[in-house]
Amino acid sequence: MALESQDIVRRSATTTKPPQVRRARTAPVAKLIDTSKCIGCKACQVACMEWNDLRDEIGTCSGVYDNPLDLTEHSWTVMRFAEHENERGDLEWLIRKDGCMHCAEPGCLAACPSPGAIVQYANGIVDFDSEHCIGCGYCITGCPFNIPRLSGVDGKAYKCTLCSDRVAAGREPACVKACPTGALVFGTKEDMLRHAEERVEDLKSRGFENAGIYDPEGVGGTHVMYVLHHRDRPELYNDLPADPKISTLVKVWKGVAKPLGVAGMLLAAFAGFLHYIRVGPNETTDDDEREAARAVGASAVRARRETTDE
Amino acid sequence: MTNHWVDIKNADLVLIMGGNAAEAHPCGFKWVTEAKANNGARLVVVDPRFTRSASVADVYVPIRTGTDIAFLGGLIRYLLENDRIQHEYVANYTDASFIVKEDFAFESGLYSGYDPERRTYDRSSWDYELDENGYVRTDPTFSHPRCVLNLMRRHYSRYTPEMVERICGTPREKFLEVCELVASTATPERAMTIMYALGWTQHSIGSQMIRCGAMLQLLLGNIGVSGGGMNALRGHSNIQGLTDLGLLSDLLPGYLTLPRDHEQRFADYITARTQQPLRPNQMSYWQNYPRFFVSLQKAWWGEAAREDNDWAYDYLPKLDRVYDMLQTYELMYQGRFNGYLAQGFNPLAAAPHKAKLAAALAKLKFLVVMDPLVTETSEFWRNFGEHNDVDPSTIETEVFRLPTTCFAEEDGALVNSGRWLQWHWKGADPPGEAKTDIEIMSRIFRRLRKLYEEEGGAFPDPILNLTWPYANPEHPSPEEIAKEYNGKALADVVDETEPTRIVRRAGEQLSGFGELRADGSTACGCWIYAGCWTEAGNQMARRDNSDPTGIGQTLNWAWSWPANRRVLYNRASCDPSGRPWNPERKLIEWNGTRWVGADTPDYPVDQDPAAGMGPFIMNQEGIARFFGRAALADGPFPEHYEPFETPLGYNPLYPDERRAVSNPAARVFEGDRREFGNAAEFPHVATTYRLTEHFHFWTKHVRLNAIMQPEQFVEIGEELAAELGVAAGDRVRVISNRGWITAVAVVTKRIKSLDIDGRRVHTVGIPIHWGFTGLARPGFLANTLTPFVGDANVQTPEFKSFLVRVEKA
Repeated sequence: MALESQDIVRRSATTTKPPQVRRARTAPVAKLIDTSKCIGCKACQVACMEWNDLRDEIGTCSGVYDNPLDLTEHSWTVMRFAEHENERGDLEWLIRKDGCMHCAEPGCLAACPSPGAIVQYANGIVDFDSEHCIGCGYCITGCPFNIPRLSGVDGKAYKCTLCSDRVAAGREPACVKACPTGALVFGTKEDMLRHAEERVEDLKSRGFENAGIYDPEGVGGTHVMYVLHHRDRPELYNDLPADPKISTLVKVWKGVAKPLGVAGMLLAAFAGFLHYIRVGPNETTDDDEREAARAVGASAVRARRETTDE
Repeated sequence: MTNHWVDIKNADLVLIMGGNAAEAHPCGFKWVTEAKANNGARLVVVDPRFTRSASVADVYVPIRTGTDIAFLGGLIRYLLENDRIQHEYVANYTDASFIVKEDFAFESGLYSGYDPERRTYDRSSWDYELDENGYVRTDPTFSHPRCVLNLMRRHYSRYTPEMVERICGTPREKFLEVCELVASTATPERAMTIMYALGWTQHSIGSQMIRCGAMLQLLLGNIGVSGGGMNALRGHSNIQGLTDLGLLSDLLPGYLTLPRDHEQRFADYITARTQQPLRPNQMSYWQNYPRFFVSLQKAWWGEAAREDNDWAYDYLPKLDRVYDMLQTYELMYQGRFNGYLAQGFNPLAAAPHKAKLAAALAKLKFLVVMDPLVTETSEFWRNFGEHNDVDPSTIETEVFRLPTTCFAEEDGALVNSGRWLQWHWKGADPPGEAKTDIEIMSRIFRRLRKLYEEEGGAFPDPILNLTWPYANPEHPSPEEIAKEYNGKALADVVDETEPTRIVRRAGEQLSGFGELRADGSTACGCWIYAGCWTEAGNQMARRDNSDPTGIGQTLNWAWSWPANRRVLYNRASCDPSGRPWNPERKLIEWNGTRWVGADTPDYPVDQDPAAGMGPFIMNQEGIARFFGRAALADGPFPEHYEPFETPLGYNPLYPDERRAVSNPAARVFEGDRREFGNAAEFPHVATTYRLTEHFHFWTKHVRLNAIMQPEQFVEIGEELAAELGVAAGDRVRVISNRGWITAVAVVTKRIKSLDIDGRRVHTVGIPIHWGFTGLARPGFLANTLTPFVGDANVQTPEFKSFLVRVEKA
């Protein structure tokens, strides 16, 4: 399995072919997050900060275990804790590691107007390149999972890279490396799906009849997947969207609107060209200038100039 | 642990009670995950709080803090009443058939021999009946009314599911669900592991809670088998090493014991500890006590320890009492200490009743703190506003801070919960002027010795004659010390059955404690570590993780005491004839001439099972005890007593017996009794604990941990929150009779209010990690609130059950 390939297959705001057009030999990768094995220890949060050299603020306690409370430019993954009382009256503490899902059809990339600020590699990882980011925040609008965050310092957008640097060197993401219970595993998407199916079977044997794999079709599947005890109710896990899709705005804008816009621009240019052919360049002659001066009045022109000089 | 971390993957049922493995031992918890994912194991968590462990459990059951014996006693009753025990195991490997003395009695919570004035028992009636040969009388038919099985049946008959519900607040159907799961492991092919930690030890009846768990496991035949055992999860990475090396006031290395005042004569000391078998053909391994003791004295005092001076026995102090943590601070509080060395210890934060500790420290003339961090103890005299509101001008204690290295800045071995000694290598140089603890102690010792040399003293011999054979006397190396613990031959050691055969040449490292001698020809600093650094080198540094049998017995990874044995009592994994109870998870077996298998046998390797030697070779009886004899201070059977601060004020088992509300044999200092609170004033039950994001009071000094959990909070249930008008994120004040703290309220469904004998009891959870030094937001030391009382046997403070009142701040 060649995980090291980082060939770009998709590039934001770029209509030319990606730098490589040969067929990618890299199998798509995936990180599987098994919520039924996760104990919410936050080792993944720490590993993420350490590997990516990030340090969030030392915050406050707001009455829950979650800390930092939300994703930030420094916290690319956070644990979200939800208390749920099931039909039998038993408590379930549903803990979900939140972060970029690395969609196969990334809404962020589709929405991004800056060439090359967001790329997708052949292995499926969706990466932000801050060199090219213009800080417009369209990626946030484009993301159905509300993941990217703008930095208050450099104004650019940041999110989980799935440790593309580690993966390029044949290693697993830092969070996976640090996970003590095997709740996080990493490999080819095919292998991860197979493993996830075994986990679902185990959960069903423990009474979770609706256990399942979260790999939503609305975004073409994801390269970060969940095993959920309650696949039928993903919203229980701190509002994991049931059917995530790229927002209509982005679709219209970069879908129907984009060719229309391009057509409009071409039409305008074409009209200008036609006008030039038919009418020629729009030049002023000396006669034109004299006529203008007469119309306005030379004294008025002088007076205005004097006022301006003061 | 009787077993080890990896072995947990072999369990069919995991019972986490008195601990929170996922939270406090997340890395070890991976083996629970393994057992669940790959062995189909079920996980049961019994805890006052729905914890991170509970979040991945199959069954969670609530319990009122401090009532675990009632729960476990109820389980024992269930197994006996429903005949769900492993009969052959119980009959052959336990004292179930032994007959107890006629004058042993138990009535209204008190055992025979109670002295209410001194709060102690005369334990002489707590023993077996012996025959004319000094062997114990037994009744293999179990019909004798005083045989242990029948006494036990009678004792726990009171612990009905109704009584469990009244005392613990555990709904009856939930309790019975656990009973059925636990009982399913009474068959030889199924095993349950019990994982516990400070949730059992930190009670005034902590030792008995653990004993009660062990009794349950014995009834089920789950001790000595793979996937079973009583598994104590040690709270610090090397706390197992601390106890192994005897760093408690009444211990010597290897669980040898310091002499008491009445043992001025060596013969008295050694005879009392050289235990003879109570049944024919039993090993009674402590018969070898003189070998371990003499070798220790030789390691410490070399040539000065001779047969004609009783191996320098007089050099050892004779204890007038146990100087445990509480006793020490009580004496300090009384002004009877001049100086104190706090080495790798933060007592102001770690001991109960902070106000008393602060007052005690203020009575010292000097305090030396050896630590890598700026601890609260070293700053006890400084004013930190409401978090440490002291007046420095009134404190005269002179404080010295000696910065030490931390574990990652030195070589050495750490002993894990599974008794593995794992060598580790220095990862970085220490910052600034930090020195290793070894160097600091060595330098202090050499200065002291020089003073004794120059000025003499009352009895300078133990100090002057201490062996100090290190290449650099100012800084002995970890390697030198490890070799000393392992031990070496001082003269040629011969085979005791074949005296012409030399088994170990003078000067060589010993291969194990079997080579120890009581004649002064061997030296060994800790007999249970013999074998860790042999002539073959450092066994602790081995890193071969091959697992030939697939059950996690990696005998070439590091080294485990004793004798590289991974599962204690593994002889009990086989039936009396030597066949494994469960051939799927075979540890050892008798092959007709020898014991062989995946572990070092806990048994003489050539002992034919037909001879009837019991599997519990450390006990005089050769079997395991349900009846604890005189070993514990508070009774031979575990009994439920209320915490010293009880929300009830009486013991539901005998509501009218005032002497047996709380542990009748627990030591309480007079001043501390006055400071206990009562339920009228302090109606809420509190318990303290750790969070995954932090380690004790250390990691609040680390930025990443501080980010993960930055600010002090307490947890209260939704019902109490509604009663108080508190919402999540509000600040609350938590008050005990000893002080108060304020913190953010985490309002949660995970703490349920319980119905206890007709009254509604609310629990308050208090994580311990904050203080007034470090990078996290400043907070209060949780031990501002806790009571100054401990377990009747080992004096571990009752941090897990006390009374408070919560108010909106």
